[in-house]
Amino acid sequence: MSLDPAYLEYPRRSHGYDHALYPWSALHERPPVKWPRGSVAVWICVSLEWFPITPTDMPFRAPGHMATAYPDLRHYTARDYGNRVGAWRFLDALEKAGVRASFATNAAVAERYPQLVRAVLDGGHEIIAHSTDMNGTIDSSLGETAERALIGDALARLFAATGVRPAGWLSIARSQSFRTADLLRQEGLTYCCDWVNDELPYGFSNGLVNLPLNHELSDRTIIAVQQQSADSWAQSMEDAFDWLAGEAARTGGGRMLPIHATPYIMGLPYRIGAFERLLERLSARAECWFARGDAIVESWQGQR
Amino acid sequence: MHEGSADPGLYDYVPYRGRGKVVWPGGKTVAVWVAPNLEYYEIDPPAHPKRRAWARPHPDVVGYSHRDHSNRVSHWRMADVMSRHGFPGSVSLSVALCQHHPEVVADGVARGWEFFSHGIYNTRYAYDMSEAQERAIIEDSIRTVREATGQTIRGWLAPALTHTPRTLDLIAEYGLDYTCDLYHDDQVQEVKVKRGRLASIPYSLEVNDHYGFFVYNMSGREYADTLIRQFERLAAEGERSGTVMCIPLHAYLIGQPHRIGPFEEALRHIAADGRAWMARAGDIIDHWRAQA
Repeated sequence: MSLDPAYLEYPRRSHGYDHALYPWSALHERPPVKWPRGSVAVWICVSLEWFPITPTDMPFRAPGHMATAYPDLRHYTARDYGNRVGAWRFLDALEKAGVRASFATNAAVAERYPQLVRAVLDGGHEIIAHSTDMNGTIDSSLGETAERALIGDALARLFAATGVRPAGWLSIARSQSFRTADLLRQEGLTYCCDWVNDELPYGFSNGLVNLPLNHELSDRTIIAVQQQSADSWAQSMEDAFDWLAGEAARTGGGRMLPIHATPYIMGLPYRIGAFERLLERLSARAECWFARGDAIVESWQGQR
Repeated sequence: MHEGSADPGLYDYVPYRGRGKVVWPGGKTVAVWVAPNLEYYEIDPPAHPKRRAWARPHPDVVGYSHRDHSNRVSHWRMADVMSRHGFPGSVSLSVALCQHHPEVVADGVARGWEFFSHGIYNTRYAYDMSEAQERAIIEDSIRTVREATGQTIRGWLAPALTHTPRTLDLIAEYGLDYTCDLYHDDQVQEVKVKRGRLASIPYSLEVNDHYGFFVYNMSGREYADTLIRQFERLAAEGERSGTVMCIPLHAYLIGQPHRIGPFEEALRHIAADGRAWMARAGDIIDHWRAQA
């Protein structure tokens, strides 16, 4: 038995990456970044998601989507709970702490729940485009025409519902095709949040900025996947903050802590307190600069 | 190994009780080695008939970029923590990293780390390779690491833990001294090979950071506590005969900002205890051979 000889050929085995999407760069070799204040930019990003009870699986089913035979009332309603109740708990907590955050918003949420997106905007928060609804997934099997139409549709519907042309884009499950970065750039977006390979913003080859929204720090990974408690999640966020503040002090370069939260996960009555206490503790730290994603990108771009 | 046999025939049964005494340098009871996996995963690798490289169609953005975090950010963080507490690395290396990111490999060399092969890429699997193909990846590994580091590799951890029935015989024939692919013991053991000799050094799946975080779903603090418990037990049992504790790492996991602090505390504990011989894999094999 043997493998096709091509399996032992390595045409892209050379310095840098095996692709041209973004250049090779190690964080510690870049000039230090300074934030407007503090040394650790804490970016809270809340996802506003509407899961149709009719999943299309085109091209794949989003994490958290329907799980039983139709009609999956259990998951449809448990997810929509996030929009009806959980998101409002986040808005209250952020207002109480005086924190401006980013809300990654399905266009369908903006259309269906105008009171919610109005409150998001009135609270001084940023809206990041987050596809059409939770059926709006992207990967390389989608095809260029369909992908271009999906991104354009999401942005047009978000604009029609809110009057906002967002600077940022978050793909569902952070899943892109090889052409997504170019399509986002062509649509006039400044940044995406999908690539989790860095801890500061960096530029793609085509000029798009990637603002890494670390999935490892999300409530989805720590609570829904790893089955940790809300207190354990909050402890991990504080441990991360402590480490990053120490690193910033040692190196003289600003750091970033992205906190990705989901209303139907962290917005439950027995969990939201852990989020509120985390905001209180971070607010008390001199190193902390709470910032929206667009503010972090803007500060970073001003220093390039 | 005996291809096709129910027992692969790699070793004799040697009960834990009543073994000859192994003593580590300075009278230490447990040899502790840290094995960072310095890897390169391809974004669009060719298909293998027996295993998919990525769960998602290429590009698997989260899968690929999560691992890329090692080279851009977390290798450097993890390596600094190891050096601060006196732990050298014995690197399980995707040897193509020597081409893609030689800066990472050079950092390990500057820290006095040892390098062994973990295949060409962690997205190229050995299953179904012919003998000539398998020889080609072993020879590529020897040549590539020698050119990049000046070292001659002494060990092997199969790429993505993929094997053929002849892997262990072949690496022994090429003069390698140890395999990290066998998990049957907490001490170094002899492996039966056709020609030459080969030792198995305890690596670990159970306290591998990947298992800790994504099989056992631990928090960073729980994983650090696990390492301390593992160490305490092996250090105590090593009074009878020296044990080996491996800490197998992936920077993109242990080097995340919420995990590295608790991990540093675990290393501090082990280094301060006094019973640990903090060594490289090759040193452990040499001292064991001298007493075997």
